[in-house]
Amino acid sequence: MLRYTIRRLIQLVGVVLVLSLLLFAWLRVLPGGPVSALLGDRSTPEKAAELTKQLGLDQPIYLQYFKFLGRALTGDFGVSTGVQPGDSALDIFIQRFPATLELSFFAIAIAIVIGVPLGYLAAKRRGSWFDNASVVGSLIGVAVPVFFLAFVLKGLASSALGLPSSGRQDAIDATRVTGFFTLDGMITGEWDATFNALVHLILPSIALATIPFAVIFRITRAAVLDVLDEDFVRTAESKGLTAPVIRRRHVLRNAMLPVVTTIGLQTGALLSGAVLTEKVFGFPGVGEALAIGFERRDYPVLLLLIIMATSVYVVVNLLVDLSYALIDPRIRTR
Amino acid sequence: MALGVSKKEKIDDLAETAGVSLAASAWKRLKRSPVFLTGAVIIGIFILISLLSPWLAPHNPSDPMLIDQVIKARNEIPPAQPGHPLGGDLQGRDFLSRLLIGSQQTLIVGIGATVIGLTGGLILGTLAGAIGGWVDSAVMRIVDVMLSLPSLLLAFSIAAMFARPSQFTVILAVAIVQIPVFARLLRGSMLAQRHSDHVLAATALGVKKGAIVFRHMLPNSLGPVIVQSTLVLATAIIEAAALSFLGLGNPDDRIPEWGQMLGDVQKVFDTHPQLAAYPAICIIIVALGFTLMGETLREALDPKNRR
Amino acid sequence: MCNGYGRRPHREMCGLSKGCLMVHSVTARRRWVAAIGFLSVSALALSGCAQSQRDSGGGGKEGGTLTFGAAGAPKLFDPFYATDGETFRVARQMYEGLVGFKPGTAEVEPALATKWESSSDAKTWTFTLKEGVKFHDGTAFNAEAVCFNFERWYNQKGAGQSDAVSQYWLDNFGGFKDTPDKPSLYKSCTAKDAKTAVIELAEVNSQFPDVLGFTSFSMSSPEALKKYDADNVQAAGDAFTYPAYANEHPTGTGPFKFSKYDKANNTVELVRNDDYWGTKAKLDKIVFKIIPDETARKQAIKAGDIDGYDLPNAADWAGLKSDGFNVAIRPAFNVFYMGINQKNNPKLADLKVRQALQYAINREQLVKSQLPEGAKVATQFMPDTVAGYNKDLKAVPYDLDKAKSLLAEAGASDLTLKFYWPSEVTRPYMPSPKDLFGAISGDLQKAGIKIDVVTKPWNGGYLTDVDQGIPDLFLLGWTGDNGQPVNWVGTFFGRTDNRFHTGVSAWGKTLADDLAKANAEPDKDKRKSLYEDLNKRIMEEYLPAIPISHSPPALVLKSDIKGVVPSPLTDEKFGSASKG
Repeated sequence: MLRYTIRRLIQLVGVVLVLSLLLFAWLRVLPGGPVSALLGDRSTPEKAAELTKQLGLDQPIYLQYFKFLGRALTGDFGVSTGVQPGDSALDIFIQRFPATLELSFFAIAIAIVIGVPLGYLAAKRRGSWFDNASVVGSLIGVAVPVFFLAFVLKGLASSALGLPSSGRQDAIDATRVTGFFTLDGMITGEWDATFNALVHLILPSIALATIPFAVIFRITRAAVLDVLDEDFVRTAESKGLTAPVIRRRHVLRNAMLPVVTTIGLQTGALLSGAVLTEKVFGFPGVGEALAIGFERRDYPVLLLLIIMATSVYVVVNLLVDLSYALIDPRIRTR
Repeated sequence: MALGVSKKEKIDDLAETAGVSLAASAWKRLKRSPVFLTGAVIIGIFILISLLSPWLAPHNPSDPMLIDQVIKARNEIPPAQPGHPLGGDLQGRDFLSRLLIGSQQTLIVGIGATVIGLTGGLILGTLAGAIGGWVDSAVMRIVDVMLSLPSLLLAFSIAAMFARPSQFTVILAVAIVQIPVFARLLRGSMLAQRHSDHVLAATALGVKKGAIVFRHMLPNSLGPVIVQSTLVLATAIIEAAALSFLGLGNPDDRIPEWGQMLGDVQKVFDTHPQLAAYPAICIIIVALGFTLMGETLREALDPKNRR
Repeated sequence: MCNGYGRRPHREMCGLSKGCLMVHSVTARRRWVAAIGFLSVSALALSGCAQSQRDSGGGGKEGGTLTFGAAGAPKLFDPFYATDGETFRVARQMYEGLVGFKPGTAEVEPALATKWESSSDAKTWTFTLKEGVKFHDGTAFNAEAVCFNFERWYNQKGAGQSDAVSQYWLDNFGGFKDTPDKPSLYKSCTAKDAKTAVIELAEVNSQFPDVLGFTSFSMSSPEALKKYDADNVQAAGDAFTYPAYANEHPTGTGPFKFSKYDKANNTVELVRNDDYWGTKAKLDKIVFKIIPDETARKQAIKAGDIDGYDLPNAADWAGLKSDGFNVAIRPAFNVFYMGINQKNNPKLADLKVRQALQYAINREQLVKSQLPEGAKVATQFMPDTVAGYNKDLKAVPYDLDKAKSLLAEAGASDLTLKFYWPSEVTRPYMPSPKDLFGAISGDLQKAGIKIDVVTKPWNGGYLTDVDQGIPDLFLLGWTGDNGQPVNWVGTFFGRTDNRFHTGVSAWGKTLADDLAKANAEPDKDKRKSLYEDLNKRIMEEYLPAIPISHSPPALVLKSDIKGVVPSPLTDEKFGSASKG
């Protein structure tokens, strides 16, 4: 178990190193980049050449990479050229990560609240029109481009219900403690700040929720179907236990294991989805920074954020694996 | 593991269905499945339209014939009118013709990405599955690393790497993400067959290893590959749209593609929603068609469902 | 109890007071946020320590917060190191220069200097300064402070000399004290007495003293500059890091002071300078809320999240107006052109081919269909508000046959051109590059020219490739910094190794030399006629690129925002603004 964990963590370090080298080489080879970002449309070939030299961008790539690694060890991942020009890439990540986490949390929460009961009901009525309709419905959820859905939500819900359609919070005077705006308000007692942040989360988290929703629904349905077929449920039924008791004691508890792990495994999809959703809603999270970074070719920010996103994804996957092994002893022996 | 939850497990589950004959019982079940038939009809119509679109389209999709009616200052674009049932786009081109021709490019993106992904996966997977040993572990390590990256994010990054984006770079970005999926799938299905009767029999008869792989193992992996390809066709179309939305798509819009049409009009979503809605609905229907087919195929192949 | 909420004044307190309710009830959301969320806070505030609303005196009500939607984060707050519009916009509210621009024009007017005169050779300039002015930190503004600023600019060292850092100085004043190979226009500054500063120039320059109106050359507090290590710019990795002065302690003389930059929430906050020497600002606060996506900005103003934003998409003007917003259209102080690079394709060095391109583009149609209200076809490379504009030049009409026959004459009927357009950008002169490109390339194709379409992100290769002369044709433009012609044609064609590679043709050198001569002419009227003549020659004899249009950029504000004067230089100051 421990060896397994350590091996996976070493693997992660390897992945990060390889990835950073690839990304680094890539962004040095590409045209544009820091020099044209810094000079803008007043650039001339002469100025560009001078700046390239000044920043040491004319040195061999491997040399630049080692210098970068050296700086990275001290926490210096470079300075943003497009997302928040002048800010350190690490600061941008630190500021924005809580936003994305908050958004993902609510998206997952919505997906669970709707997906699990729906999956359960669909499984209980397997083959009924309700089952078929919800299966097809969940597949439509997969087929709709997230950003299009986000726009539709923004256009309809925002004007009809008056929900805010951009940003994380209005420019109210709120004290920052953790970076999680909903939490900060609770800690400091600024309930209006919490409320304001929550209202801003509604639309983006609904849009983002469609991604995990479809998966959670289908996994719940499949898991419940599986469990319903198991012997112990049949036994319970023949024992004459009432339906709610069976549901509580046997079916749900046993079906929850795959559902719980699925949720952990949605991080990657959520991160990708956040790029699109946050861009549409102007939500200042990691996803928006990535979207703007791609647009404005902000290489230092892209480099760090992609590495961070990958690390988070890998670590969460590892945690899921570990918890799975802890819960289900059969796996440990493998 | 009956239930695949992670990306890897899902692939492995599918791989285990290798060797199940599509023709027999699965097909019988599919024929009776209304869900599968719905998907098949959608895709049939889609392919028909895209093949016939040069003849179906009333106008040249790149001719700004209605430019007189485009007035940005008043936010006017050509409305629906005789000869142009859907009006024109932001550059005064006939919108219906663009949608029709767009189906062709969309199909090309889907098929292109699937074929490249499959070919790449085939090479890697066959190498790994057939040779085994250190080649296997090396290839699978790479595959696992690629699978450990969030897929859409990987596609974005790859697309951003090309200095000069085009239709081809879009296809490539979407396809590369699928290579490890296909590789793991093919390797898995070959492993699943390694100890099956027909392979053992062939080995006993002294059939060469290469011949076993190409004559027996690969054809028997067809089922899972078809399932995965169908699903990839849907993903590719949606991801291409996401790339366009992020400005990483094909800049040349003389020959339109749905994802590009959708991604390009984000600035006018609220003022001319039809420009986004039509391509979006087309994408949703087609992606749904492929997904319905893929998911029902997967279920039909799953031995668990045969009880 | 009051203190507990005193920190969150005004806006929320206003939530229930009658006068403010009108402002805040613009959207349904505000209403219910106010009603539910702020109920308790507001009640407490009203009962305990409600502020009395200052009554409106003169034009517009006093107090309130203006929330402005910015397209990007400001890089820093020290105007001298600023290079982009979003940074300038914030700095402009806090700083002032010796001269300023008359609101709504590109004409110079007194600012911190009440008057100035030059010696007969136009090299020595004497500025008389306003008295009784103080910087935000209480330091007195005087001739010594002026010279301190000039010397600071001139004495930049190391990374401070980089093009990416002191761009405006390099573009307008040339080099620094320790760069002998790069001479500077600036020679010395002497504080004759407290209110008289004398600035000596190394040579005559037609842009002086207009350049001092640029936000870049605003006056900073000498004490704050010293205290917060203002010149300590470092090249770190592939970018630059700036000192505390630029990041946290900008100190000018303007009507607003820096309050804070809340990076987690993407907002910059400025507060009124109550010790301002002139007419004090009416607003209590300006908040710049950074919303990178243009559509999101539009939705934010509709939802009442912001009070205004810059450069609304031309296609939205009509909709915004009908929703009751004030779309302030600025005079078009820019030019949009199709650049031609003569280097790669020898056919393009032929005047006939370039003229054919001009005939082939239906500019009238383009302006009508793709550009905003008030846009005009360009007859030359500057708008009519610039001295030296030639009134006699007429727009060349669209003539497809003429284009084809010119191409045939030049033996270029079978021409394939690599045509670049930029993605991920909108510019005031180029509101929608893709659609403009579609229209222009469509026209060129009709004339039988084959187009190889290339696009790159503005900062991701487009500008680099254009600089390196890779495209044959490209779309670009210019927004003027001031009303001097050298800022226009001088910028474009003042050298032979420019983006158009005019050096390929023999006339390239002649043009560059004549432009330099015109710029060195001290007499205003003579200079003007020299430029008029040059404009005519550029259009009729050289045609190094095809000027296409001048488009007015707009600024959108909520109808209750008063006192913002649209400027051709897009340098609106909010000191005169009021809300409600």
